Amino acid sequence: MDWSLPLNASTQGEAIDNLFWLIFWITVTAFVVVEAGVLWFLWKYRGRKGRQARYTHGNATAEVIWTTIPAVVMVFLGIYSGRVWASIRSSDSYPDDALTIGVMAKQFEWIVTYPGEDRMLGNADDFTIRNRFEIPVNEPVVVMLESEDAIHSFFIPEMRVKQDAVPGMTIPIWFEAIRTGEFQIACAELCGLGHYRMRARVVVHDPTSYEAWYDERSAEAFAAEE
Amino acid sequence: MATIVAEASGMPVLVVEHEMPFIRKYVFSTDHKVIGIQFLFFSLFFLLIGGLLAVLIRYQLGWPGKAIPGGGVLPESMAPQGIMLPEFYNSLVTMHGTFMVFFAIMPLLVGVYANYLIPLQIGAHDMAFPKLNMASFWISVPAGLMMMASFAVEGGAAGAGWTSYAPLSARPDLSGVSLGQQMWIVSLVVLGLGSILGAVNYVTTVINNRAPGMTWFRLPLATWALFISAILILLSMPVLSAAMIMLLFDQTIGTNFFLPAEGGQPLLWQHLFWFFGHPEVYILILPAMGFVSEIIANGSRKPIFGYHSMVFALIAIAFLGFLVWGHHMFQSGMNPALGMSFMISTLVISVPSAIKVFNWMGTLWEGNIQFHTPMLFAVGFVMLFVIGGLSGVYMASTPVDIYIHDTYFIVAHIHYVLLGGSLFAIFGAIYYWFPKMFGRMINDTAGKIHFFATFILFNLTFFPMHGLGMKGMMRRIYDPAQYEHLSEIQDTNTMVSIAAIALFGTGIYFLVLFFWSLFKGKKAPANPWNATTLEWQTPSPPRHGNWSELPVVYHGPYEYSHPDMDRDWLAQNERPDIVSPAHPELTDQVLAETGASEEPSPGTHTDGAG
Amino acid sequence: MTSHAATVDSTAQRPERGLGVYDKKVGMWVFLCSEVMFFTGLIGSYIILRFGASDVWPMPGEVLNVPVTAVNTFLLICSSVTMVKAFAAAEVGDLKGMRLYLLATAVIGAGFVGVQVFEYNQLIHHGFLPSSGLYGATFFTMTGFHGLHVTVGVICIAWVTAKAYRGGYTQEDHEGVEVIGLYWHFVDLVWIILFTVVYLI
Repeated sequence: MDWSLPLNASTQGEAIDNLFWLIFWITVTAFVVVEAGVLWFLWKYRGRKGRQARYTHGNATAEVIWTTIPAVVMVFLGIYSGRVWASIRSSDSYPDDALTIGVMAKQFEWIVTYPGEDRMLGNADDFTIRNRFEIPVNEPVVVMLESEDAIHSFFIPEMRVKQDAVPGMTIPIWFEAIRTGEFQIACAELCGLGHYRMRARVVVHDPTSYEAWYDERSAEAFAAEE
Repeated sequence: MATIVAEASGMPVLVVEHEMPFIRKYVFSTDHKVIGIQFLFFSLFFLLIGGLLAVLIRYQLGWPGKAIPGGGVLPESMAPQGIMLPEFYNSLVTMHGTFMVFFAIMPLLVGVYANYLIPLQIGAHDMAFPKLNMASFWISVPAGLMMMASFAVEGGAAGAGWTSYAPLSARPDLSGVSLGQQMWIVSLVVLGLGSILGAVNYVTTVINNRAPGMTWFRLPLATWALFISAILILLSMPVLSAAMIMLLFDQTIGTNFFLPAEGGQPLLWQHLFWFFGHPEVYILILPAMGFVSEIIANGSRKPIFGYHSMVFALIAIAFLGFLVWGHHMFQSGMNPALGMSFMISTLVISVPSAIKVFNWMGTLWEGNIQFHTPMLFAVGFVMLFVIGGLSGVYMASTPVDIYIHDTYFIVAHIHYVLLGGSLFAIFGAIYYWFPKMFGRMINDTAGKIHFFATFILFNLTFFPMHGLGMKGMMRRIYDPAQYEHLSEIQDTNTMVSIAAIALFGTGIYFLVLFFWSLFKGKKAPANPWNATTLEWQTPSPPRHGNWSELPVVYHGPYEYSHPDMDRDWLAQNERPDIVSPAHPELTDQVLAETGASEEPSPGTHTDGAG
Repeated sequence: MTSHAATVDSTAQRPERGLGVYDKKVGMWVFLCSEVMFFTGLIGSYIILRFGASDVWPMPGEVLNVPVTAVNTFLLICSSVTMVKAFAAAEVGDLKGMRLYLLATAVIGAGFVGVQVFEYNQLIHHGFLPSSGLYGATFFTMTGFHGLHVTVGVICIAWVTAKAYRGGYTQEDHEGVEVIGLYWHFVDLVWIILFTVVYLI
């Protein structure tokens, strides 16, 4: 196993990964300073015959320094993280007129509902498929996430997308895929016996391929009804 | 039976009238020391159980679908032919967390050491309410038994995670577990009551029963930490009890608190649980930090660096701990704006913890370091807790948490703080106070073997989990092979499982060493570590009632290596020939207050006389 | 060492230590803090659930019998008054008064529980149960646990009353009376909040 994140596949993933690695460098620095410091002190001040420890109860200046530096770092991280969070979850970050797809989580599958030509969910031209989530690349998508029974969680690792699906709530999230390929939805909240196998196929198409797939599926769904 | 009587000097004096029968002395005892030791055996048992459950979990993850060696003894409902079922896996992860948090770590930190140390460290004969104290222990026992018994009922033990999110936990039709889930709740409500009653005792005793001269800022940090943790128990545990009762009603009498039909709110469970749950994790770390402070000051032969800052940091962590609970719920569907506010409070709370780490380093600095086993574990705590704390920064950042929430990154964090942190401190505390409790030493070389084996195997087991989380391995999944993004991690999981099983082996080694030392350990002197706090100025073990005459305290708890002294430690109750450098006026005040004369104060004899 | 002497609470010797308040009283205040958190958990949940479902919430008096409960509330307040009078009597050495007022408190407290049981009976007979939506769930849980606390209180007051009649308290030492009084006043205060929030609003 190498120590890397999966190859990113979404716009928000880029921001999240950058923040992840920033925190990595900050924490690695702190780690090295503290651990090396501890080990150095253990060696340098190891007990020896005739050695006298220094009798001191502390140092106010040192306290101020090592309070201020972590505090400043945390303020910086808070502001930076806040901006990234807002770019993903604030109400104005949501794209207008995006492709809206309904996802209903239930034990132990994902029911995905596509709107019809009107691009709106909730009327007769919608159609539903099981355990497949197909979207076009480079186009923002809004998922209206629901659950039928327990709390599940809609997690697509490569897209850095995760949102709990809560029964009784409809939770909108949005994301935009930046490369085509096949991925999976993995349920990320313990939801019962089949939690470990609650997965679905994610396919990111190029635009033409998506249109073709959509038309075909839509036709199939309505043909089946007749 | 012992009574406290008044003598002409005005000093309370303990009188023991006659010997007690075995059952009053060792079983239904009101002596805080006996109760502390009872909690020790209780919690070590559950630590073993929790460890066994972990081994089973790791077996499945290391060798998925393979028969567990000796697994034939398990019933069909758990593992037919020794091959684990997914439902049993869900119960395993649930019960491992439950036993470790509630029946092992919390009682090891609080039940054992709050009981054992507080009266000794503050200079009291016993707790304020000894009978209530006995009740606290004996309430915990049926709670533990019920939790164990829940494995045997139809449907098995609880399987909704130790966090028991509704609706899964409220609906047997969703979880497959009915009676087991109910027993889980009842057991924890009963245990919670025992904890709350214990906390009432600890808080009252520290407030009211300190010996003359034992001012707040002369209290040892172990007592401070235990006192503050007791306040956290008092304020957070009842909220859990309320939530548990509502969940039990949802399960049994048709209410809908957490079920969306009829307007219930699943997220309400999470808010209530984590409002308790976050202070709970500080209950699981603050006493550990207190013990580490004691041991590091002692091992470095120096006063703790920044005693006042350490106290304020404990208080700050405790207070802020009530404001961060939402960081467990960033992806829950909670209003994203709340995500911002909880992120801020979470980032802020890392600062007092950082202050403590630097103060421990400051204590080591320019010390004269003695590498006894307790010191190794205390320093090990610092090194591992830092890793746990730093991994927490990733989670505190709400957008990064989108990716790592509910993955093994979190599992790594939990175990670095709870095992590398709390359990290492507990081991340190056990080695440190064992001589006082049992009058025997644990062999230091054997202890060092325990330390190094544990330190190495712990890191081999849990450090890779950060990587597994980075790869997106989710928590609580029976079979990672179902997912393409996890196709390369099986080897890592197998290696982790091997290390984990070996780590469990070190736990067995420790238990054997512990019990062997109880009977065969070298006899311990009163003060084997040349320590300054009051418990070391009593015999090992102390008599019933601790002191015949209460000690008088003259100065702070960590007066090590004063330049004017011949030896490198000064007990808290020793009349300083050198006036306490920081507060000369306090020494005079204490002398005046107690009417003590020029003779040495009681309690300076460490051979038990007086 | 002498083997007999009057038993004395060690802090009574040194009232200037700690808070200057005896152990049992500190202990009761500390315990009451945890009780506050318990009821905060229940009442806080009620508030959240109610405001999430406010359009379907029954109006005051629609389901519950407000007049009867108002009288019951008055009874509970009276029992707090008798409790205060018991303590005041003990403070001035009027042990007979203390005993009578303790007895009165226990009786009125038991009466409160009785009326509550009667009320529950009525409601259940009319088909109003804990499973009757969020209204039923929150009503029975909050008032039920309060009632449980009142019942425990009545039992403790009865025990204290019995001890008083056996001569167990003096003007100098009546800690038990004061401490059970604190608990009782707390239980009364919680009821006033519950009555307001559940019955009146």
